[in-house]
Amino acid sequence: MSNPAASAPASSGFLARAFRNRSFAIGFAVTAIVAAMALVSFFWTPYDVTKLIVADRMQPPSSAHWLGTDHFGRDMLSMIMVGARNSIAVALVAVGIGMGIGVPLGCWAAARGGIVDEVLMRFNDLVFAFPALLSAIMITAVFGPGSVNAIIAIGIFNIPVFARVSRAGALALWPREFILASRAAGKGKALITVEHILPNIANLLLVQGTIQFALGILAEAGLSYVGLGAQPPMPSWGRMLFDAQTRMIVAPYLAIVPGMAIVVTVLGLNLIGDGISDTLDPKLRRRP
Amino acid sequence: MSLLEIEKLSLDIGTLPILKNVDLALEAGQVMGLVGESGSGKSMTALTIMQLLPEAARATGSVRFDGAELLSASEERMCALRGDDIGMVFQEPMTALNPLKTIGEQVAEGIRWHTGSNRKDAETLAQRMLERVGLPAERFPLSRYPHELSGGQRQRVVIAIACALKPKLLIADEPTTALDVVLQAQILDLLRDLVDENRMGLLLISHDLAVVTEMADRITILRNGEVMEAGDTAETLSAQVHPYTRQLAMASMHVPERTRMHRAVEAGPLLEVKGITRDYPVRRDSLFHRPRPFRAVDDVSFAMAPAQSVALVGRSGCGKSTLARIILALDKPTAGTISFRGDEITGRDQAALRPARRDMQVIFQDPYGSFDPRQKIERLVAEPLHLLDKRPTAGERRERVAAALHEVGLQPGDMDKYPHEFSGGQRQRLSIARAVITRPKLIVADEPVSALDVSIRAQILDLLADLNSRLGIAFLFITHDLTVARAITDEVMVMDEGRIVETGKTGDVLSSPQSAAARALVDAAPDLHRAIAHRMQEQG
Amino acid sequence: MTAYLAKRLLIGLATLVVASVVVFAVLEILPGDPARLMLGMNATEDAVLALRNELGLNQGIVMRYLTWTGGLLSLDFGRSYTYSVPVIELIRERSAVSLPLALIALALSTAIAIPVGVFSAARRGRPADTVAMGASQLGVAVPNFWFALLLVYVFAVWLRLVPAGGFPGWGAGLWPALKALILPAVALALPQAAILARVTRSALLDVLGEDFIRTARAKGLPRRTVLWRHALRNAMLPVVTIMGLQFAFLLAGTIIIENVFYLPGLGRLVFQAINQRDLIVVEGVVMLLVATVIVVNLLVDLSYAIVDPRLRHRT
Repeated sequence: MSNPAASAPASSGFLARAFRNRSFAIGFAVTAIVAAMALVSFFWTPYDVTKLIVADRMQPPSSAHWLGTDHFGRDMLSMIMVGARNSIAVALVAVGIGMGIGVPLGCWAAARGGIVDEVLMRFNDLVFAFPALLSAIMITAVFGPGSVNAIIAIGIFNIPVFARVSRAGALALWPREFILASRAAGKGKALITVEHILPNIANLLLVQGTIQFALGILAEAGLSYVGLGAQPPMPSWGRMLFDAQTRMIVAPYLAIVPGMAIVVTVLGLNLIGDGISDTLDPKLRRRP
Repeated sequence: MSLLEIEKLSLDIGTLPILKNVDLALEAGQVMGLVGESGSGKSMTALTIMQLLPEAARATGSVRFDGAELLSASEERMCALRGDDIGMVFQEPMTALNPLKTIGEQVAEGIRWHTGSNRKDAETLAQRMLERVGLPAERFPLSRYPHELSGGQRQRVVIAIACALKPKLLIADEPTTALDVVLQAQILDLLRDLVDENRMGLLLISHDLAVVTEMADRITILRNGEVMEAGDTAETLSAQVHPYTRQLAMASMHVPERTRMHRAVEAGPLLEVKGITRDYPVRRDSLFHRPRPFRAVDDVSFAMAPAQSVALVGRSGCGKSTLARIILALDKPTAGTISFRGDEITGRDQAALRPARRDMQVIFQDPYGSFDPRQKIERLVAEPLHLLDKRPTAGERRERVAAALHEVGLQPGDMDKYPHEFSGGQRQRLSIARAVITRPKLIVADEPVSALDVSIRAQILDLLADLNSRLGIAFLFITHDLTVARAITDEVMVMDEGRIVETGKTGDVLSSPQSAAARALVDAAPDLHRAIAHRMQEQG
Repeated sequence: MTAYLAKRLLIGLATLVVASVVVFAVLEILPGDPARLMLGMNATEDAVLALRNELGLNQGIVMRYLTWTGGLLSLDFGRSYTYSVPVIELIRERSAVSLPLALIALALSTAIAIPVGVFSAARRGRPADTVAMGASQLGVAVPNFWFALLLVYVFAVWLRLVPAGGFPGWGAGLWPALKALILPAVALALPQAAILARVTRSALLDVLGEDFIRTARAKGLPRRTVLWRHALRNAMLPVVTIMGLQFAFLLAGTIIIENVFYLPGLGRLVFQAINQRDLIVVEGVVMLLVATVIVVNLLVDLSYAIVDPRLRHRT
């Protein structure tokens, strides 16, 4: 009656099962390529992105410049590689901020309940009223533009997201009998949260993490597009699109290349998230 | 020609065989009991008749209703039959109704769909049907929503939906399993009356042999998708020709052997509960007036001696589980005190509770929800060792886990497995191993066998009785099931609406209950002996 | 139900008050001297002093906050430093572009997403579902401003069907004004629709797995009827929640999209204000947007109470 394969815990071959999922495998491959490009850019890029060669400006894709050159004659492929670095760094740190603050808050709210829970949830509502763009506008108005603004603005927005997910997951677990048994064994709420709650909501957090990572890439692109994120000469995908806008009629590839980079990266991350939740979805598992 | 004729029905879901060559025939006005343990395929048989199977299911053989083949019937044909000529009632009443529609809409919907009558006529009929199932219009107008009704009342609505158009066949899949015994008896009475009134055929699916015996003229016993035995209920169960039938019947009536130990009465009681009351705040529905809190437990006092085995019996919602949690110090009482071995434990902090917790453990109902799916058995069973003052070494811990597993009839090697690798009965054994690992003086067991199949239930009862007599552990059994109380306890306390209304020796209370609540429980409890005797008598 | 609504209303108001404190604190307390910040480093001491007086910066912080919020209540958002007009006038003028844009986009995304979501859920696992969900997966990944650039390239530059940017004003007639808003609205709506369609589909599939769906099927209702009559309304609860959250994104998106199409809306206003360090304007616009998000969330709570009878009987 028990069905080992279907309800196996994450530790036993979860990755192996995830890779059998088509979404996950494709998403993982795509994301790995983007991440590899970003990493390689630290050591090597086809051309130096800090050197402006006006003679080579706005060349369409060719064997010398696979993705063409921009209005300063910089190699687009190199720009994309360095831009990936920026996008990934901003989105990743923002997810880190969101998880690092949101998850403890959510777990705390679920464990304590009552007034603590109510106050934390109202705090969540408050933060939700400030989309990342508004926070970024405020921060920029005060401190001036920069990548750090983008990280803070997106990170702040991620906090209530993770707080909500972990709270909901934890709330569903607290009345379960195995938690009661643990309480009867004299374990305190903090210890139970660490030993039982967190491992059991890890999957939820993993899925939400990939979603927020993808949203972070989109938000960062949006912020640098309107000039609130990474500042030139630091290459960023959003900024490249901004620069492309006025030159699109002459050189449409200037807009297509960075846009595709964003789409592919976000798509890859979303596919990973879908793959993980498919692999874990209790509805797809056979109930014992 | 029978109303329903199933011949050589086989069913596969994907590559998994569910049913093999099932034969079954049901006449109009007759009740057929379909009995089996979990996984026997009885629900799938019902869904095959309704043609509401999951998409991956493939059925072969023949299912004829009123002479017409259903397996090859078109979806339109089935839609015309469902809810009109064939009605169905499900197990879980709490989720069987759409929460956003009134009960009137939900009963009238099927009527309008099949008869094409206007809203007013359909609602009149729906109202009449609801009255018929025991929901009179004054208290249960059509405008009620499901969340305003209790589980038993919701099941009545589901029956009203199924029977609104006087179907020729009613399929009831474990219709009372989620209800307590008193509600069960009421719902079964209602079903029996509806069968008699309309000459309906009833296919009653249940895991409970006693329920089926009380209700059914004929019985079909299913195991692993195959029919073991079929025939007249009284004959089949009194003769018990087939070994599996005998096994089921024996397990249903099983009473563990208990060696009553006469221990020297130790100084003072083990557990003393004094004036425990627990109020829950009720959500207010207006800003200006605060509703009176709901009193779940009302001034309860009792005492238990060491090594005693006591049952706390009551209907669902009577407050018995709340009381159990308060005793275990998992919930705080509004008033009253609890003393364990003479020390008051109410209001103590976690650190001060450690010695008491070490000697007081718990077993829960759900063998699937009792274990963290992400940890190995060793850690899970060892969890109460957290209460020891001296942390055991890894070696000592494994040794103690091995000993506890041995105590409950499992292998020491099992400690390196995960919970999902065990069956329901084995998990309940693990749950018991976890409870005995600290050698407690008292175990509170909240419905420890309710979720188990009868044969496994019998084994677990044996194990609990054995632990009680061999290790001298006192047991407080929380249950709504008198057969469990009868099987393994010396004393019983009957709880009703938060109060203890009757206490006494188990045998005395069960044979001559004094309070109304106890009488209701005793009368409603299905009893296989009595049911068989009753059937035999009826048939002369 | 009144108790429930009263509680939500109170919470909404409290959130609004706290939000105003946050906005005020970030923009007026943290940076040091707002007057210096607005005028830049090269301004003379006299000019800074004059501006401090004009802004009332010599008063205490609490007094300033109370004056500011008191002003907000009477729709007095202060005077723009660069435009030399009351901020409320700027907001009124610019909202005439931003608000219709956001509403058209919301209507468009809902009108696309819900039918697609229902269609996909009804055909779960079949080719039509796979195609629709593949498309939506792509839609979710497309940044709206990039999509806007592509739309401009195809429909304005190539096909010359609509203007590439700018806004003639509502005074120029309904059609020319709407025409200028079509591409921005589509650019905003499609990525949102992709998300909403996925949410609708999964919410429906969740509901279709519930016990009461089986009860409805056992009544004799065909699959399609059950989907429309029983499943959809239950699935609307999570869908409306997401729509509420999305509205905040939609506002943010509007701000960005206005920059792509050179639309004189609130987004353009706020970016110009940032560049010119006109903090009064930034403060007013941010507060307005935050208030809008809070009001929308309140409306979402209200719609719960209408849809779900269980909430009507609760606080």
